[in-house]
Amino acid sequence: MGLIDEGRLESLSHEEIARYSRHLLLPEIGLEGQKRIKASKVLIVGTGGLGAPLALYLAAAGVGTIGVVDFDFVEASNLQRQIIHGVRDIGRPKTASARDKIRSINPGVKVVEHNVALTSSNALQIISQYDVVADGTDNYQTRYLVNDACVLLGKPNVYGSIFQFEGQASVFYSKEGPCYRCLYPAPPPPGLVPSCAEGGVMGVLPGIVGTIQAGEVIKLISGESLKGTLVGRLLLFDQWRMKFRELKLDKDPDCPICGKNPTIHELIDYEQFCGLKPETQEILYETIEPLELKARLDAGETLQIIDIREPHEKAIAKFPGAKSMPLGQVKRRSSEFDPSIDTVFICKIGTRSVFAIRALRETGYDGKIFNLADGINGWARDVDKSLPRY
Amino acid sequence: MATLLIPTALRAFAGGQPELDLDGSTAGEVIAALALKHPEIKEHLYEESGKLRSFINVYVGDENVKKLQGLDTPVKESDSVMLVPAIAGGRKWD
Repeated sequence: MGLIDEGRLESLSHEEIARYSRHLLLPEIGLEGQKRIKASKVLIVGTGGLGAPLALYLAAAGVGTIGVVDFDFVEASNLQRQIIHGVRDIGRPKTASARDKIRSINPGVKVVEHNVALTSSNALQIISQYDVVADGTDNYQTRYLVNDACVLLGKPNVYGSIFQFEGQASVFYSKEGPCYRCLYPAPPPPGLVPSCAEGGVMGVLPGIVGTIQAGEVIKLISGESLKGTLVGRLLLFDQWRMKFRELKLDKDPDCPICGKNPTIHELIDYEQFCGLKPETQEILYETIEPLELKARLDAGETLQIIDIREPHEKAIAKFPGAKSMPLGQVKRRSSEFDPSIDTVFICKIGTRSVFAIRALRETGYDGKIFNLADGINGWARDVDKSLPRY
Repeated sequence: MATLLIPTALRAFAGGQPELDLDGSTAGEVIAALALKHPEIKEHLYEESGKLRSFINVYVGDENVKKLQGLDTPVKESDSVMLVPAIAGGRKWD
């Protein structure tokens, strides 16, 4: 029994038969499979690195309705990997840029733009309109949200995730196998693992992982069974070492949402679940704006300026007079700090430094600490325009 | 002794190594040997209670140790122990 109900199938026109002939020639897809692809509705959550190849291939394959969810705008730093957007799209909503590209590839596709952030209040309503969800999000809150909404609605969730050179892909379909929570009951605490915005990502990696997701979507919607899909398997890909590995995934009988005695029956507050809303806000540091730091330096004040970025990042943009102490070394080098002098921490965008500050505070350091707002990118924006932003 | 496969997200805290041969007769001992060799990785692997963090899965071969004997799963020299952390992608954590 396939995902797409027979009653929804319509015949293909001669033009469609010509266009999709290479699919029709495959016995695994054939005429019936292509009709199912045409009748299907697929939601792509995120039109970034993973969503770009997903949307392009699903459009080319003739998916009848493609929904795209994104609240973001195209930026120059996206173009290294988000191949659905081009230079002329910079500043446009990503969903608009994706819609135009999908239509230029295949005017037969109906595109539904959801130019919003997916949240607990709209996710069920949006996802319920689709047969399959492809998760191309870039943060844990939305991943758990998409997972939970798909479990509650009984929809398959075609999962892909990337970091630096490494990707993961699977199909989470709780009716037939495990869900994301069976594998990862809880996300990492914020700040423990750097994001791609700070850790970098090889541009073709989401191209490969997103294309794997597109293939899984097409198999799910065109086929009559789940045979051969990634349900119950986790594919790991290391681009730099060019290795694929496959791991077994089992349904967790104690899974809080798809297990035997579920405790989650509706969508929850995912910001809180991911630790982004700490109940008691600890005061670890004060924020200093780039111009304020400049004024204090110009006034001749002595400050301990600590750059916690990695050596290869300093090659991109150096902060004059800063002491280099990569994040991983802060704890063991805590004796190098003088608590009688104010300390300013610098990273790329002002987030990783919070982790360094926390590490230093854990050693019992009680000197005054500032975090440079927006990191060296903020400094380059407001103070030293000769520095590049990255 | 077994080979521990270290994912990209944790390599920066393990001297950049993608894999290491480490002593230990169980999956847990092999992971503990990594933390001993590279102390910076410790807080990324373990909670303060000493429990392995729940966003890291441990596989021996292609099986999750949850299905075997957990961190007490015995390992031989020819086995690979793999750390499989959750990864999320791009957005800056703000």
